[in-house]
Amino acid sequence: MTLVYSFLFCGFICLIGQIILDNTNFTPGHITTIFVVLGSVLGVCSFYDKIVKVVGAGANIPIMSFGNLLLNGSYSGYLEDGLLGLFSGILVPVSAGIVSAIVFAFIMTLFFKAQD
Amino acid sequence: MNKKEYLKLVKKFTPKEKKLKNAFNAFLMGGTLGFIADGLKCLIVKWAHIPIKEATTWVLIIYIFLASLFTGLGFFDKLVMKFKCGLIVPITGFAHSITSSALDYKNDGLITGLGGYLFRLAGCILLYGIIAAFFLAILKVIIYV
Repeated sequence: MTLVYSFLFCGFICLIGQIILDNTNFTPGHITTIFVVLGSVLGVCSFYDKIVKVVGAGANIPIMSFGNLLLNGSYSGYLEDGLLGLFSGILVPVSAGIVSAIVFAFIMTLFFKAQD
Repeated sequence: MNKKEYLKLVKKFTPKEKKLKNAFNAFLMGGTLGFIADGLKCLIVKWAHIPIKEATTWVLIIYIFLASLFTGLGFFDKLVMKFKCGLIVPITGFAHSITSSALDYKNDGLITGLGGYLFRLAGCILLYGIIAAFFLAILKVIIYV
């Protein structure tokens, strides 16, 4: 059942993004930024974690999940290490994503050239 | 010709994109990505016997790897042109922006080109994500602790 929810949720988020992209003169950069900040806002009341519980991995794929993970990292860092944790914990949950993106991008530059 | 007439003319000559078709494409592609992600997560949990949280991270890493690879091979740009937000809003868009700016600026040198421009497109996600998350985390601490 989570498969169907994943399809609907992830598709719905992309649909909203596409509607914003078509009807305003925002660039894709604006849209991803809006979604990241929105994910953080939804994380304040742990609302996004509830969505992830119901929907499954389909809710981890949109970039909103990135904002939510940043907020969770900072908050749980505070619970563990106090004030220092606010700074040191913020990148912990997303470091796998950022590091893998950088590493794979670097590897790709060794093998491929830009296509015109 | 006043400003209103000019704007009307501009509107007349800008190509009308098929909004409905774009929206449908984005919905279909985003939904398919979410569907595959959840299926992949279930398979990893079942076969590798690791917790759901780690399996989700593996799914993200697989998606980032595939997006980077397809960008390097050259056909991901065409897919993005067709499906637009269906590929930009999921994590694949993040990997695509980093890999494509890495490939574009490789010729300008390793330090000034690749190093300087790697986060040219993805920087806004990191900057505003971290700023928003930091201050909202303080708010959450004030509310709940």
